[in-house]
Amino acid sequence: MTDDQIRGFIENAVEENKVLLFMKGTPQAPACGFSARTAGALNTLGVKYAALDILPDPRIREQLSALSGWPTIPQLFIDGELVGGADIVAEMFESGELAELLGAEHPEGTGQPGEAEAPAVESVAKAPIGLENRLQD
Amino acid sequence: MPTADELKRRIEEALPGARAGVEDLTGGGDHFRAEIVSERFAGLSRIEQHQLVYGVFGDEVGGPIHALSIKTSTPGG
Repeated sequence: MTDDQIRGFIENAVEENKVLLFMKGTPQAPACGFSARTAGALNTLGVKYAALDILPDPRIREQLSALSGWPTIPQLFIDGELVGGADIVAEMFESGELAELLGAEHPEGTGQPGEAEAPAVESVAKAPIGLENRLQD
Repeated sequence: MPTADELKRRIEEALPGARAGVEDLTGGGDHFRAEIVSERFAGLSRIEQHQLVYGVFGDEVGGPIHALSIKTSTPGG
C-alpha cells in the first residue's frame, strides 16, 4: 500500500463514519492510557463509533497527522471534523458537551469516563474498519 | 531530553504575553502537562488553541515529547 492509498483510506474512513476514533489498539484492547480513556468516554455514553487502530503501520499515523494537523493519538472525528485528542474529549465529556454533540444522554453523576468496555464495543466489532487488514493486501 | 522549564520557556516565547505552567508528569522528560493562559486564544476553537501550542514543538510531540497534555484559556476566563 502506498502513502497515497493510506491517505485516501483515512479520508474515506473519516467521511464514511459519523464517529471515528483513531487510537492505539482497539476499544476492547487499548494499547495506551490516553486511547483507553477516550474510547472509555464514548463507551460510557453508549454511542456507536468506529475505531481504527493506527499501530499496524507507522504510516497510518504519519498520514493522519499530516491530514489533521494534530500530532498525537487518539484523535476523535465527528461528522468529518477533528474534535480533539484525549484532553479535549475528556473536557467535553465532563462538561456534557460531548453527549450533546453526539445526541447521547450524559450519564448521571459521572465525572470521569469509565474503562473501555461497554455497549459500543459490540457495534465496533460489527463494523470494523480494518485498515490493518487492507494493509496486508 | 526536554524539561518542563524548557517547554514553559518555549511556549512563552512563541506566544508573547502567554503564561504557561508546565509539569513533567512522570519525571521522565517525556510526558508533560501544560496549562496556558493567552490572549491569542480568544476567538479560536479549542482545537485551534491546542494546535497553536502543538505548533510550537512541531515533530517533537509524538517524538521526544511522547505526550503533551494541554489546557488552554484566555485571561478573561
